[in-house]
Amino acid sequence: MVRPYTMTGGRVQPGTDNFDLVAFVQASPAQPGADPPPHPEQQAILALVQEPISVAEISAHLDLALGVVRVLLGDLLAAELIETHEPSAAHLPDDDILKAVLHGLRAL
Amino acid sequence: MDSGRSDRNGSRRRPPLALKILIAGGFGAGKTTLVGSVSEIRPLQTEEVLTDASIGTDDLSGVETKTTTTVAMDFGRITISDDLQVYLFGTPGQDRFLFLWDELAFGALGAVVLADTRRLADCFPSVDYFEQRGTPFIVGVNCFDGAKRFSADTVRKALDLDTDVPVLLCDARSRQSGKELLIALVEYVARQHG
Repeated sequence: MVRPYTMTGGRVQPGTDNFDLVAFVQASPAQPGADPPPHPEQQAILALVQEPISVAEISAHLDLALGVVRVLLGDLLAAELIETHEPSAAHLPDDDILKAVLHGLRAL
Repeated sequence: MDSGRSDRNGSRRRPPLALKILIAGGFGAGKTTLVGSVSEIRPLQTEEVLTDASIGTDDLSGVETKTTTTVAMDFGRITISDDLQVYLFGTPGQDRFLFLWDELAFGALGAVVLADTRRLADCFPSVDYFEQRGTPFIVGVNCFDGAKRFSADTVRKALDLDTDVPVLLCDARSRQSGKELLIALVEYVARQHG
């Protein structure tokens, strides 16, 4: 068994953002000549985020604990290899969005 | 150089807006079943590993023998449109994981609390949590086969709910029933809005 935080060098807090469960992550536009990230797990994340994908799904698909994913994402963000889109948690979605959700749910 | 970059950005897919809905309730109340019945994807599982840092309030005496604790959370997804997705997260069932609920509840649209009438008290912590946090929630009374049926009103009284909190009888295995719960929740959130 590999202890889950071994691959983060023992770090349990990401360097920067919080990376909400439903924040979306997307690879930055390719930079010619940029070095690939050093860790295989970071490379796996980078392969997965070529299309926007949520933090929760990255964790599920790679079978990595959320905390580990967040540390690795923090490194990738610091290296400008990814972009993140945090959900707006400060206020509730407006009425138009709620209506769209209701419409979508009724159509299921 | 800037224009070249923005051209590339222009062709990239914009990430959708994601809304979180929590599915709460006691152990065995049907949370995972409900997530699975309405999700468009096979429910996925994400894990949080509790380390010394995240359980700082726990008694860590004897820590040298302590291994990490893993808490699994099931989730599913419903795509409303290209720009809009709903994520359903089942909440971990034990009180000691309440700090994980804070993360789940942060920015959540609302919650469905599943009640099992055979063990109604099991959903009290969920109801208390969302009431205290001010997170809009509805109660789904999961009607298990052979379970004694209670009316929604009986459950409302037993849970001492505010009169405006919707209480629905449901079958967590049924996609249609799960849909109705989610619709009732979003309608309730919209009513509170307006």
